[in-house]
Amino acid sequence: MNRIEKAFHSLKEKNGKAFVPYLMAGDGGLDQLLEQLIFLESCGATAIEIGIPFSDPVADGPAIQEAGIRSLQLGTTLKGVLSAIQTIRPIVSTPLILMTYMNPIYAYGIGSFIHDAVKAGIDGCIIPDLPIEEEELIASHLQDANIELIRLVTLTSPIERIEEIAKKGRGFLYAVTVTGITGARTEFNTSVAEYLKNIKSVSPIPVLAGFGISTPEQVVELGSYCDGVVVGSKIVQFFHEKKLNEIEHLIAASKTADVS
Amino acid sequence: MTTYAMPDEKGHFGIYGGRFVPETLMQAVLELGQAYDDAKNDESFQADLTYLLKEYVGRETPLYFAENLTKHANGAKIYLKREDLNHTGAHKINNTVGQALLAVRMGKKKIVAETGAGQHGVATATVCALLNLECVIFMGEEDIKRQQLNVFRMELLGAKVVSVTSGSRTLKDACNEALRYWVSNVTDTHYILGSVMGPHPFPMMVRDFQSVIGKETKQQYNEKFGKNPEAIIACIGGGSNSMGMFYPFVEDSEVKLIGVEAAGHGIDTEQHAASLTKGKPGVLHGALMYLLQDDAGQIQEAHSISAGLDYPGVGPEHSYLKDIGRVQYESITDSEALDALKLLCRLEGIIPALESAHAVAYALKHAQTMSQNESIVVCLSGRGDKDVQTIQANMKEALE
Ligand SMILES: Cc1ncc(COP(=O)(O)O)c(C=O)c1O
Repeated sequence: MNRIEKAFHSLKEKNGKAFVPYLMAGDGGLDQLLEQLIFLESCGATAIEIGIPFSDPVADGPAIQEAGIRSLQLGTTLKGVLSAIQTIRPIVSTPLILMTYMNPIYAYGIGSFIHDAVKAGIDGCIIPDLPIEEEELIASHLQDANIELIRLVTLTSPIERIEEIAKKGRGFLYAVTVTGITGARTEFNTSVAEYLKNIKSVSPIPVLAGFGISTPEQVVELGSYCDGVVVGSKIVQFFHEKKLNEIEHLIAASKTADVS
Repeated sequence: MTTYAMPDEKGHFGIYGGRFVPETLMQAVLELGQAYDDAKNDESFQADLTYLLKEYVGRETPLYFAENLTKHANGAKIYLKREDLNHTGAHKINNTVGQALLAVRMGKKKIVAETGAGQHGVATATVCALLNLECVIFMGEEDIKRQQLNVFRMELLGAKVVSVTSGSRTLKDACNEALRYWVSNVTDTHYILGSVMGPHPFPMMVRDFQSVIGKETKQQYNEKFGKNPEAIIACIGGGSNSMGMFYPFVEDSEVKLIGVEAAGHGIDTEQHAASLTKGKPGVLHGALMYLLQDDAGQIQEAHSISAGLDYPGVGPEHSYLKDIGRVQYESITDSEALDALKLLCRLEGIIPALESAHAVAYALKHAQTMSQNESIVVCLSGRGDKDVQTIQANMKEALE
């Protein structure tokens, strides 16, 4: 069993909700990565998304864009991140998911990328600019390597398409909760609850809500409609501002979430 | 070459193209593909398009024999396809008229677009005024400085121009912001992409709308001479004027097709925009295509004196045509383009856009390798009014 599957398995036994934080690798220096991962693990993260900086992140809002620029200025590369993870993997047991745009992988070479990702102990991959129409470029190679390709569904995906994507899905299904880019939102469209419940009803794998979630209240509320949440921009911002206790609060909120 | 049928159903030109966009855009991209297929086969849509191209844009444009330039080059005859004479001064409007009509047909009331030189922005703002569509244009801060006149034009036409301050603050970054805007407003907004780039169906659709250039050229030349010209030359930013010019000739293997990229300060420097000559395949703005990038896959900044060529990628179909060897890709430096521009002003009384001057510059070189019985057609993609400030500043610098 892949580590992601295992994590959701034990979460289910405990009737718990998932919390998956996102951090930007190399923001503040790649030498921070181990400490950041250990911290998130100690807070009780279900899995951790490790963002790879890209020069042209079209799915991201200002917080992640700026973190990416800071990281790139420090010379972060996908290769560097994978080798850093390889060294620290024995110390961190939480599932690790890479979130990267397609081009850094393409430039790496798909075969070499998968080889090095396996060596580093990567459990999953999220590629925001790779819809199912293009995934044959990499999906079967990832599957052979036992790395889960996490697919996204959105508010604009018709239900038949959501079903199709959910059926292909591995690990968990990432349900985007806003029609837009990443970044904190003060409120969500009222149809989000309906949307998440609909996805839950067709998905054979766990469903996590993400994009825009920024407060403990939202963690609890959106988590109540599905299996948990992903929080990105806010975690990135709190790491940058060194407000670690705020991160703790966010993750703690998921432990109090209504178990339906 | 026998028959050429690209792209395939999923928008692939060989390995290039495709639809590498966030899932939020997929439904819109699929619907657009469907709507375009319907419109393409709909006589009333085609009739509306033809009417506007004739009565509003002012087509057909002349195929002009540049006799003085030909004498100067002392080789093949040089003809200019005068896209600079279109309404708004460049080929860009061929595409914006088509896409705006499609947006209306799809019931979209708002338009977003990116612009580099501002020519596409002006052409978009123009058709939005005509068809009563709300219009937002993203433009890099650097380009806003270089193309003040066009910014004012867009505003005068009722568009909102948003300055983009991320990255290199040029066309690439304007595309990022336009895509982000589209992701956030996709339900009521159509994105009028300005070149043969982006996710399928854009590269195919923009090529088709721009193909009016090549179709007219073919007909005009054949009417006069009963055959095709020996060579066709066009400049390449994203690749739309060239693709529109080349496409009707792709199967005519006797016609040499030459695309001219911007070499900026030189292709052996870091300051150029020669994606096909110096780049590697990769994924950006929705498509797999040749890109200027570093070893880690980070996109590099392009440089060209002409804002319209200042883009680190090039359309997927050009990427494919390069690999199969059907089109030859060359490059021209900033200073060569400036020299060609001045020459065309003095010899023909035509001020070309800096972009188009790259094609003229290569034509001057190439003409000398051909016989006087042969002909080259150059796509004069736009007029140079927008560039006079840049040219003036450059000439001053050269004097100092
Ligand atoms: C006059 C002119 N020619 C050429 C271009 C380059 O674009 P493309 O390669 O898509 O024709 C531009 C772009 O702004 C332009 O304004």
